[in-house]
Amino acid sequence: MSDTMSRPMRFGSNSGQPLTRRDGLAKVTGTATFAADNHPRNLLYAVCLPATIARGRVAHLDVAAAEAHPGVSHVMTPQNRPPLQGDPSEKPTMFSFRIEVLQDDTVRYAGQPIAMVLGETIEAATEGARLLNPRYETMTPRIALDQNEPEALEPGALGRPADVEHGDMQTARNSAAQGIDVTYETAPQYHNAMETHAVVAQWDGDRLILDMPSQALVLSCAGYAHFFGIPAGNVTLRSPFLGGGFGSKAIPTGPQVLAILAARMTGRPVKLMLTRQQMFGPVGHRGATRQRLRLGTDDAAALSFIDHEGVSETSSFDDFLEPAANASQGLYAAQALRSTHRGVRLDVGTPSPMRAPGEASGSAALECAMDEMAEATGLDPLEFRLRNYAETEPGTGKPYSSKALRECYAEGARRFGWSRRPLAPRQMQDADGMLVGWGMGTALFPCPMFAADARATLRADGTALFETSAADMGQGAWTALAQIAADSLGLPIEKIEFRSGNSTLPDGGIAGGSGHTATAGSALDASGRDVIRQLGSMAAADPASPLHGADNATFQARDGRIEVEGDPARGEDLAAILHRAGLEQLEGQGSAFRKPEDAENRAMNAHGAVFAEVKIDPDLCQMRVTRLVGAFAAGRIINPRLAESQLMGGMIWGVSFALHEKAQHDPRTGRIMNADFAGYHIPVNADIRDLEVITIHEDDPYVNALGIKGVGEIGITGTVGAIANAIRHATGRRIRHFPIRIEDLL
Amino acid sequence: MKMFDFIRPASIDEAIAAWRPGAAWLGGGTNLVDLMKTGAAQPDRLIDLGRLPGLDRIETGAEGATRIGARVGNADLARDADFARRFPMVAEALLSGASGQLRNAATVAGNLMQRTRCPYFQNPETACNKRRPGTGCDARGGVGDNYAVLGWSDDCIATHPSDFCVPLAALDAVVEVIGPNGAREIAFADFHHLPGTTPDRETALEPGELILALRLPAAAAEFAGHARYLKLRDRTSFAFATVSAAAALKIEGGIITGARLALGAVAAKPWRAAEAEALLTGHAPDAALFDRAAEAALSDAVPAHDNAWKIPIARRVAARALALAARGTPARMPALPASVFAAEEPAHV
Repeated sequence: MSDTMSRPMRFGSNSGQPLTRRDGLAKVTGTATFAADNHPRNLLYAVCLPATIARGRVAHLDVAAAEAHPGVSHVMTPQNRPPLQGDPSEKPTMFSFRIEVLQDDTVRYAGQPIAMVLGETIEAATEGARLLNPRYETMTPRIALDQNEPEALEPGALGRPADVEHGDMQTARNSAAQGIDVTYETAPQYHNAMETHAVVAQWDGDRLILDMPSQALVLSCAGYAHFFGIPAGNVTLRSPFLGGGFGSKAIPTGPQVLAILAARMTGRPVKLMLTRQQMFGPVGHRGATRQRLRLGTDDAAALSFIDHEGVSETSSFDDFLEPAANASQGLYAAQALRSTHRGVRLDVGTPSPMRAPGEASGSAALECAMDEMAEATGLDPLEFRLRNYAETEPGTGKPYSSKALRECYAEGARRFGWSRRPLAPRQMQDADGMLVGWGMGTALFPCPMFAADARATLRADGTALFETSAADMGQGAWTALAQIAADSLGLPIEKIEFRSGNSTLPDGGIAGGSGHTATAGSALDASGRDVIRQLGSMAAADPASPLHGADNATFQARDGRIEVEGDPARGEDLAAILHRAGLEQLEGQGSAFRKPEDAENRAMNAHGAVFAEVKIDPDLCQMRVTRLVGAFAAGRIINPRLAESQLMGGMIWGVSFALHEKAQHDPRTGRIMNADFAGYHIPVNADIRDLEVITIHEDDPYVNALGIKGVGEIGITGTVGAIANAIRHATGRRIRHFPIRIEDLL
Repeated sequence: MKMFDFIRPASIDEAIAAWRPGAAWLGGGTNLVDLMKTGAAQPDRLIDLGRLPGLDRIETGAEGATRIGARVGNADLARDADFARRFPMVAEALLSGASGQLRNAATVAGNLMQRTRCPYFQNPETACNKRRPGTGCDARGGVGDNYAVLGWSDDCIATHPSDFCVPLAALDAVVEVIGPNGAREIAFADFHHLPGTTPDRETALEPGELILALRLPAAAAEFAGHARYLKLRDRTSFAFATVSAAAALKIEGGIITGARLALGAVAAKPWRAAEAEALLTGHAPDAALFDRAAEAALSDAVPAHDNAWKIPIARRVAARALALAARGTPARMPALPASVFAAEEPAHV
């Protein structure tokens, strides 16, 4: 903690207040307009036909039958699909994959669109798609990790993580007093946001208007513009609300491109909304992994090495390896660290970033392996982690920008009652005879920042407009970003008008990597401070101002005034300065910023500790997570209500990962047979009992001017391992795959 | 979905007259509409029973039998205080099924008629002897969690998904039906068919026959003091059973004088365990006896899939359900009905 300094909250701050969602009323009353709520005149409905095999080719489609169905207007197949101006195999932006848009009749994964039907009604288009009744020439699909050889991919852009090695692995291995060698497997998972992927596409000449949920509005415009050969500026993307995203709505997808193409082909607006079943394939997923972890310690239970080998699936036609093994790089001190990534090409849709990509799967395996190692040393799992606490970033030796993990461990353990945990497994039972187990895991997520811009406009009436194309996926961007904006001008939040969710606004960056509040928030803050700086210059030069002559002062905004820092008595109302200058308004610009030297020299992560209690029926093996306590240090918390909700959601996802989610492929067709919410289980309310989130205050002067890290994804990490470790503690059984189910414990 | 006629008859006679091959009765629609969306069911006529008079009543006659109209909602039946008091394990089974929203929409007759949740049955692109006779069974060699260990055949390994039907089977319910050839009654044990070589013939209903009511005999209420439904599942709510059991005992002077046991999610019909019942009767209730009864209930079990684990777990569920029944029906419905974690939550008030 020596590298952090105390920075008191500003007086009258909006930030730090647990404001309710500004969009909450609109959402619960149904007036919030999601993409598919738009119904322009003369609308056509598009329905995709997904392949029901994973490998082969489409031999026949009964196009005549579909076209003959009343209300069907067009059937788009590889035979008649109009050309795209951009090659769908190219990656127009850093955040895109090769898309399947009826290039040919090859089937590369189940769920791949093999035709699109347009109809005057959704029912007509749906029945038209059914009438296409495809016949296939099939090949044996490869859908399990053992069905192809792992290969090393050239490290590079998104999805091709480099192998990393720090220290001398051989020496560390030789010096270790004891070690473990364990392999964990994680199942394929699908994002499945509540709102499925949708688009309403309208062309006006060579201008394109998209109502489409997007986690990256301006970036997505560039992606779609590429495919249609128009300037990015010709695309307007409106995405005021998303019904969840989890990573899958940051990337251009094949079905959405086809719907836009259909709108251009027909000259009519086209709406597409995927069904739940159609979410399993063309819009990304978390690939299955197999992770071998070898850990060794010296006689004092200090880690000598962590060797983490990750094998994960990717598609036959593009690269996205789950960077799971990287989870072992930033967390525990060890003489030597090695993370490797190999890919197995399968007949599945291309995996993609899914909430905590890499970290979720990697942490699940690492935290279990740490528990196994702790058990081998005879130490309490928390004590073992504390003995291997990294004071500087393992491998690089860089200091942390801030790291209150020790406090997370302490506070989480205290609230959970961890000190009463018996060391040996299968020692605790409740009054009903249920086996009780306690487990824990460390949570870690990096805090990246992306590029983003914002504009602030102070108006003569003392109100202000802030603009940036941020994305609210439900996490609360409308609220938290407005709090930051208001603070930058020292105004109450009621005086702020906040425009967002539209690509014509300044680029708000990506809502991903848990970096949206830090990124868009920093841009908004900078735009407001730009206004204050300009006002300060104006006032300092104006003999009529109390600030006259304060040329070299630093100004701060507070309570609708601008003041000289350190001399708050010397100040003036914002509006008065505008008024005297005869200005109706004053505009400021700002961009997200992290000092390059800090980015280079500091390791930056959010940290946390998750403690889990499970109860398990000793005979029937029914499991329940009865208690979860998560303590997280994630820099400055802008809105505790929203942040805790995010962390809670992440922890619930951890329950889902540990006990529920698994896509099941038919081994013969490769098709996912549980592609709906009856078969693909996620937790229900009754699965979540006591859940406590604690946030540990952290002042971080390095991550960005606001000290914000991020809370979107870290909740999953730590939780999965904590639950598996609790199951081990309750039963004495160590299950090395996810999800863990009743039959595993028999 | 394909076009279909929608008929809303005002009387039972009109309903019977409206039926023809290719038609389907529509109750709450919670299962049929899903199957129409996937294309697994493609009726060309839907006959909505929602306006039929007189089918929404729960009545107990002078002789003590309780008659439940076909259109009574699952939630309404479970929350009927008198019904729940007399047939607690039926209410518990109902409340352990689906979700609150689905229970509000679903009807009791529809529950009997619901189709298997075998993923291959539900997806029309696969081979399924039940959906299309003679095409084969892709579930064999496929994936899925809910396959049979009892009463299956080479042609079909699917299970019946109902919770409600399991205690009905145990309690000797009777199904009242009406059709073009008049009214008749079907004993519950005969209502659902095992697959054999005709897995498409799922029930004893003849074409055009319609369920009017279910009847629980007066004798069924004699088990009210010792009756439980227990359901294992992959999540705490809103999941079909991994295995379930309905167990009911009459205990007089410390001796079991009557026993009922049926298992769910193990076969194409709710599995009545008559041998186990015989073994229990005349003995004092204890754990060893329940284990022997459970052993007997599963004595013919053979895994139909990679689900051999289901046999020991079914035994344990049966034994536990008997033990819970012997302990006595709880005074209040548990907040997590039929769950092993029932004690974890405060009871319903």
